[in-house]
Amino acid sequence: MAIADEAGNAPAAQAGTEARRPVRILKNLQSKMALIPMMFTALVVFLGGTIWTVVYSFTDSGLLPRLEWAGLEQYDRLWGTRKWLVSIENLAIYGVCSVVGTLVIGFVLAALLDRKIRGENAFRTIFLYPFALSFIVTGLIWQWLLNPELGFQQVVRGMGWESFTFDPLNNPDLVMFGLLIAGLWQGTGLIMCIMLAGLRGIDEDIWKAARVDGIGTVKTYIRVIIPMMRPVFVTSLVLIASGIVKLYDLVVAMTSGGPGIASEVPAKYVMQAMFGGQNLGQGFAASTMMLVMVVIILVPWAYLEFGGRKRG
Amino acid sequence: MRLTTKLLAASAIVSASAANAVELEVMHWWTSGGEAAAVNEFAKAVNERTDHTWVDGAIAGGGDTARPVMVSRIIGGDPPAAFQFNHGRQAEELIEAGLLLDLTDVAEEQGWADIVNPSTLLDACTIDGRVYCAPVNIHSWQWMWLSNAAYEDNGLEVPQNWTEFTESASALEEAGVTPLAVGGQAWQQNGMFGVMAIALAGQEDWLAVNRDKNAEVARGENYARVFQAFADARDLSDGIDVQDWNQATNAVITGQAGAQIMGDWAQGEFAVAEMTAGEDYSCLPGLGEVAVLDTGGDAFYFPVTGDPEIEAAQKEMAALLLSPEVQVAFNSKKGSLPIRGDVDLETVNECTQKGLDLLAAGNTLPSGNELLTPDTITQANDLMTEFWNTPSMTAEDAQERYAQIIEDAE
Repeated sequence: MAIADEAGNAPAAQAGTEARRPVRILKNLQSKMALIPMMFTALVVFLGGTIWTVVYSFTDSGLLPRLEWAGLEQYDRLWGTRKWLVSIENLAIYGVCSVVGTLVIGFVLAALLDRKIRGENAFRTIFLYPFALSFIVTGLIWQWLLNPELGFQQVVRGMGWESFTFDPLNNPDLVMFGLLIAGLWQGTGLIMCIMLAGLRGIDEDIWKAARVDGIGTVKTYIRVIIPMMRPVFVTSLVLIASGIVKLYDLVVAMTSGGPGIASEVPAKYVMQAMFGGQNLGQGFAASTMMLVMVVIILVPWAYLEFGGRKRG
Repeated sequence: MRLTTKLLAASAIVSASAANAVELEVMHWWTSGGEAAAVNEFAKAVNERTDHTWVDGAIAGGGDTARPVMVSRIIGGDPPAAFQFNHGRQAEELIEAGLLLDLTDVAEEQGWADIVNPSTLLDACTIDGRVYCAPVNIHSWQWMWLSNAAYEDNGLEVPQNWTEFTESASALEEAGVTPLAVGGQAWQQNGMFGVMAIALAGQEDWLAVNRDKNAEVARGENYARVFQAFADARDLSDGIDVQDWNQATNAVITGQAGAQIMGDWAQGEFAVAEMTAGEDYSCLPGLGEVAVLDTGGDAFYFPVTGDPEIEAAQKEMAALLLSPEVQVAFNSKKGSLPIRGDVDLETVNECTQKGLDLLAAGNTLPSGNELLTPDTITQANDLMTEFWNTPSMTAEDAQERYAQIIEDAE
C-alpha cells in the first residue's frame, strides 16, 4: 500500500515544489480523509489487537483475560507440547508443497490456455470455479471423495482392481497430502487466472522475436517469459502464503486434526486452546508465535523485494 | 401497508398483555432429534406454567462451538437469560467474575439440598457455599454396550465383564467381527480411558488422580494396568474407521462390532433402531468390573442482568426446571436420568433400571468435568488420541506423559 501511495504522490509532490510549498498535511485532503477509517482500522484493530494479544500471552488468562503475569510459562508449555510441534511440522510440509504445487500447476494451466485453444472461456471457468467454494465445502467434498467406502478407492475397486488402496485421510503419514490435494484443487484456479493475465501482458513481439531466433516454445517460457513475469509470481506468492498461514477450516472439515493429532495445524491449536481448553494465555502465546514466524520469513523477503527497488 | 398496520397492532396487543412477563432467551446446544424434543419440554413448561415466554437460542455444533458464543455474549454485555453448560468447572471463571446469578435463595426455598441426588451434582453448582446453577439431568460415561447377535451367532456367550470380553475377543476377530468399535474423535478415546481407569484401577485410584491430582498414583502399578488394557483395546478396535460416536454405535447395532464403550446417550441409538435391552443388546455399567456411575450432566446458569424483573423470572425458571413433572417429561425424552431420586420415569428398560438402581444405592462418582479444568481435559484428549492413532507409542510412554499432565493440573 505504501508503495502505491508514494507512486501516486510523486508527480504531485514535484508539481507542488515548483509552485509554492503547500502545508504537507493538507495536501490531497480529500483522499486523506477517505483513508481515515482504514487507517483507524489498521491502527486500532490490527496493531492494537496484536499488541494486546502479545501482552496477554505473558499472563495466565483462562476463560477471561486477566493481567496476572506468568512470565514465559505459556511459551514454555507451548514448546513442550507435542501437538504444537506436530502442527508446526505439518504447516511446513503443507506450506512448501502448496507453494510449489500451486505455482507449477497454475503456470502450466495458464500456459496451456494461452496457446489459443478452443473453448478457453469454458476451461477457465471450470478451473476457477472451485475458488468460489468455501474451504468448508471443499473439505467436505474431498472428505467424501477420499473416503475409502464412498470415493476413489470404491470406484477403482468397482472397476475390478480389488486390491486397490487409497485412504490418505486415515493414514497419519499421508493425511497432510490428502489435505494438500483439496487445497490445490481449490486454490490453483485463481493463481492460473492471475498467471494468464500476466501472460496476456507479454508483448506479442517477444514471441515473434523468439520465433525468429529459432528458440523452442518451452525454452521461451522458461528463459524469457517467466523472468518477465516476476511481479505476477510475487503477487501469487503473497496470496498463496497468506492462505497457508491461516489454514484451519479445511482441516476442520476434512479431518478435524486426525487421525490422532497427525493433521493438526497452528491455527487450530490456537482455537482449541482458547475455546476448547478455556486457556486464553496459551492460545495467545501460540498466535504470537505464529506472528513471529510470519515476521521472520516476511521481513527479510519484503526488504529485498520492495526495499531494494526503492533504492534503485 | 394495511398488513403492516395490522401486524403493528397485533404486536402492540401482545406486548401489552405481557406487560409484567419477561422474554427469556435460553441458549443451549441440544439440536439432535431426541435432544430437541427434550428441550421442547422445558419450553412448554415455561410457556404454559409461567407468565414468561421461552425464546429458543439453540446453537448447532455441540458444546465446543456453543460455549464460546455464550461466553462472548456474556462478556460482551448482552447475556441471554439462561444458558446450558456441563456442570463442573466450565463456568468457574464466569462465577468468580460475578457474571452469574446467585441462586442460593431458590435452592434453599425449594430444598435442593434434600432432593438433588447424588448430592455431588449440587456441589458442582456450588462455589463458596453459594449455588449458581440448576442441574437438570445425569449422564454417565460408565457403560459398555454389547451386541448380543454378534456373540450368539458365533457361538459365544455375551461377556459379563471386561476380562471375559478380552478373552472372547480373538474368537470374535476370527469370525470377522471387530471386537470394539471406537470413533475417531479425541473426546471419545479419552472418555473411554476414563471408564477403563475407574473399572480397572478402582475408584480410589481414580479419585486420587482426578480429584487430588496425585501424579504418583498415575505413575503407579494400577494405572499401568489401565494403560496396558487401553493399548489392548487399541488393537481390538482395528477394522472400523468411523468418526462420530453414533456411527460406532451403529456398528454394534448392525453386529459389525462386538461392543462399544460409550455414555448412556448411546442408548438412544439402540432405541431408534428398535432394539430391546437384554434381548438384542446388553449393557455393562462400569465394564461389569466396578458397579459405579460417574454423574456428569447438564445444568442451566443464569447471567446477572441487573433487571429485577428478569431476575425474578430467572429464579422462577430455575425452580421450574427441577420440579418433578418437568424432570420426568424432560429426562424421558432425553434418555438421561433425573436429578431427583423421588420421581419415576415414564418408561424404564433394563439398562436404565440398572442405572437407577446404582443411583439409589449411592454408587456414584463425580464426573471428570467436575474435577478437571477444560484445559486439563483438552491436554488429556490430545494425549489419548495421539496414543490411540500411533501404534508405535508404548503404554509406558503414554502413562508417563499422562502423569505429567496430572502433575501440572490445577
